Amino acid sequence: MDIEEIQKEIVEEFSIYDDWMDKYNYLIELGKEMPAMDPKYRTDQYLIDGCTSRVWIHAELDDEGKMIITADSDAIITKGIVALLIRVFSGHSPEEIKDAELTFIDEVGLKENLSPTRANGLLSMVHQIRMYALAFYTKQQSGKKE
Amino acid sequence: MLDVEKIRKDFPILGQQVYGKPLVYLDNGATTQKPTIVLETIERLYNKENSNVHRGVHHLSNVTTENYEAARKTVQDFIHAEHAHEIIFTHGTTSSINAVAFSFGERYVQAGDEIIVSGMEHHANIVPWQMLCERKGAILKVLPVTEKGDLQLEKLDDLISEKTKLLAVTQVSNVLGTINPVKKIVKIAHAHNVPVLIDGAQGIQHEKTDVQETDCDFYVFSGHKIYGPTGIGVLYGKEKWLNEMPPYQGGGDMIKKVTFEKTIYEDLPLKFEAGTMNYIGAIGLGKAIEYLQKTGFDDIIAREQELEEYATSRLMQIPGLRIFGTSDHKTGIVSFLIGDIHPYDTGMILDKLGVAVRTGHHCAEPLVESYGITGTVRASFAFYNTKEEVDILYNALLKVIEMLG
Repeated sequence: MDIEEIQKEIVEEFSIYDDWMDKYNYLIELGKEMPAMDPKYRTDQYLIDGCTSRVWIHAELDDEGKMIITADSDAIITKGIVALLIRVFSGHSPEEIKDAELTFIDEVGLKENLSPTRANGLLSMVHQIRMYALAFYTKQQSGKKE
Repeated sequence: MLDVEKIRKDFPILGQQVYGKPLVYLDNGATTQKPTIVLETIERLYNKENSNVHRGVHHLSNVTTENYEAARKTVQDFIHAEHAHEIIFTHGTTSSINAVAFSFGERYVQAGDEIIVSGMEHHANIVPWQMLCERKGAILKVLPVTEKGDLQLEKLDDLISEKTKLLAVTQVSNVLGTINPVKKIVKIAHAHNVPVLIDGAQGIQHEKTDVQETDCDFYVFSGHKIYGPTGIGVLYGKEKWLNEMPPYQGGGDMIKKVTFEKTIYEDLPLKFEAGTMNYIGAIGLGKAIEYLQKTGFDDIIAREQELEEYATSRLMQIPGLRIFGTSDHKTGIVSFLIGDIHPYDTGMILDKLGVAVRTGHHCAEPLVESYGITGTVRASFAFYNTKEEVDILYNALLKVIEMLG
């Protein structure tokens, strides 16, 4: 599935919930289920500057040149959001990730809560993932030229 | 006794719903809501009286100048300053502290000197002093805080040295709600000839302030935290200091005479009010203070303490809830965490239930980190809040535990 299809799938999943509490419970569930991050990346180097909760993001390339993202947060709702971002982005090529449009946040009806403000650091998270993608993409391109 | 029903009608914003739930506004430590009289005053001023102060020969300018100076007088009376010209209008607490840090620092602070702050200060009462210390090669020292959230006053004598140039301390902690014994602090500092700045940002609205009785050298606060408009603040300074200190901003209205060779500054207070001031904000602040006095400031103080105590007793019934700041002298603020639930998660769920609180480090990172945590949930009260609203908070927190516990 490409990034757009995954986003559509998430929107569909959320569409069965009509009140905020179910949506949040789902996010909390996702946060709890998210695989643990390798503790060696839970350091200041991988910390995203959020305002009220801490988020760590790490990305690396696998053998096929796809970006593998792992992350963690000390707040469970934030962790649920990060889990969704990982589901959308992780496993895709840096080129896809750097150009991808992020639409699902609006469409799942969480926009007013998860608006890209400094409070939840969503914008910073997405920015950090794109920065990783751009760095890996640039590296891949220069590798091709050599 | 305050008639809360009637009071709430004076604050139209409180009557609204968020996410279909009645708004429970418990973030008064961040900013307070404005009574209709303040809003109407601002509208009337822009509609009928707007004109720049201290400049015009014309009618409107005179009217506005009179109102502006009357607001200065209102502030003077409210904090019981000796002279009206000891009241300088600024943009807020932060700009007041920065002004003192710059002007006082320029005049009196040299390399090797010391400035003392307390361990419970807001960043606004830390960073300007740090910047001053960096500029001058001075040293910032910290008066520690007990686990309960009281200043360790017994350590102040030893902390002060011959190099100490100023002590800056908050009247009320914005995280813990502790009311500091400012009069006692000033007495200790003055015994060593050290002047004191009191940060009144969280104190002015909850405590009766008398700068002459306290004998503090500087007192600063923000208009928006005492039901006035945003963008207006006050710097009170004893005449003697303000006269000796150089202005921190140059411009129009602060001068007697300008030539390219030399400028003669105006007398107080204008020396510290360069450029066009927020005169409408100042007049709005004056109205807010009048409103509080008319409502009964003693009753307001009593009510906010009562709300804080009721909230404390109610929240303590919640299993796993830990309150930060358990001083015997508290007002207006309850900071807490439930178990290991992150304050951000708590705040998000409370928000959806209509309850507005603040979460995080509350711009007091050193204090919050001293408890080994990264943040708290803070409920902060104003006299327009009700016990029913505290009960709504209580029930909302039970819901938080149900979802996140």
